[in-house]
Amino acid sequence: MEEVKLLGWWVSPFSRRVELALKLKGVGYEYIEQDLAHKSQLLLEYNPVHKKVPVLVHNGKTMAESLVILEYIDETWPNNPILPRNPYDKAMARFWAQFIEEKEEERGKLVEEASQCFITLEGELKGNKFFGGEEIGMVDIAANFIGYWLGVVQEVSGMELVTRDKFPVLCKWMDEFVEHSVVKETLPPRDELHAEFEARLGAPSWKY
Amino acid sequence: MADQGEVKLLKTWSSLFGLRVVWALKLKGIPYESVDEDLTNKSDLLLQYNPVHTKVPVLIHNGKSICESLVILEYIDETWSQNPPRLLPRDPIQRASARFWAKFMDEKQALPSMWQAFTKEGREQEEGVASIAENLKLLEAELEGKKFLGGEEIGIPDFALGWLVNLVPVFEEILGLKIVDEERHPSLSEWSRRISDIPVIEESWPPRDKLVTKWAAIRDHFLATARASSG
Repeated sequence: MEEVKLLGWWVSPFSRRVELALKLKGVGYEYIEQDLAHKSQLLLEYNPVHKKVPVLVHNGKTMAESLVILEYIDETWPNNPILPRNPYDKAMARFWAQFIEEKEEERGKLVEEASQCFITLEGELKGNKFFGGEEIGMVDIAANFIGYWLGVVQEVSGMELVTRDKFPVLCKWMDEFVEHSVVKETLPPRDELHAEFEARLGAPSWKY
Repeated sequence: MADQGEVKLLKTWSSLFGLRVVWALKLKGIPYESVDEDLTNKSDLLLQYNPVHTKVPVLIHNGKSICESLVILEYIDETWSQNPPRLLPRDPIQRASARFWAKFMDEKQALPSMWQAFTKEGREQEEGVASIAENLKLLEAELEGKKFLGGEEIGIPDFALGWLVNLVPVFEEILGLKIVDEERHPSLSEWSRRISDIPVIEESWPPRDKLVTKWAAIRDHFLATARASSG
């Protein structure tokens, strides 16, 4: 019996990415909620370099960084793949996942830049239901913040980055994403997320 | 050997990201055509093949382009999997660790803190230098007892750290600071020597004097801009 544990934080889109991948593949795991304001010995031991979530533990071996973990999950449990099999398409998926990560790092920057990023992403959907095609893939998982968290951030901050009239294609993707049966299971309750962000309005950082 | 097809690499003479891809192609014995770009005057080829970022390196294989150096390295490893060396370990846990350290280099801290130390002065520079020292401590610990970051064989995380060997001495010369030294970083220093001994890597370094000139000018430019805006 394989032992899979996930150290996560209910607010963090990064740890939710890992949950989503595990659930999509039907992998059972023990979830261990972390309090990032008071980091546990376990977290400090398992991710000494960054001291952040998510951390995946598989048969006693640990790993960190959500996109790195997603690759490991896809390699270890190949059913319901989240990455394409051919090297070129895989490279494209990795490129877009990285693009999304970088843009999230730059979250503080100009609204125009964010808009440009959304326009680029809309183009990448190419009329498909998901970035992964008919099914959810690595890029959709990486974009989970945009799919759900962004809406809450916009409500709390009053900022309107993604609206239906400006980004109809992206909004359609967001609708499909949150309605997906497995994704739904991994989303933190909206009202609780809203309250959490409101409390942190001065420093909206979920990357503890 | 996999069907080669046509391989072209867009890079610049000094780009350390491009250098990673050069190493991978050369080590695996993959013939390719190299195109050095002038980023102040971007070619149509670059604009066409990397429309999102218009940056180098770009690998073009059979007319299709792949961007972002770490993504390119994985693509090369998968497409020419029959050509040694393997760029990532076979074991999935070790692969995860290799990817983690490659990301650490580029995105998380190592390069950004180096950039801060290099383009700033005064307190901001000190913070950058302190941050580098922290990162080097982590790298030193990770390298202890290992031949390469990737394990027994050179791999993607070693390529990602490669700039340390070539660029750090250039920065040290320009800044008048010691960033890596034998005493504090014995494993890192030994790793640097091991990397430099690899013929393919040794022969690919951009000329040092040209690098010093280029980077000194970059630092001057950043300092001048900062002083002008605060003056």
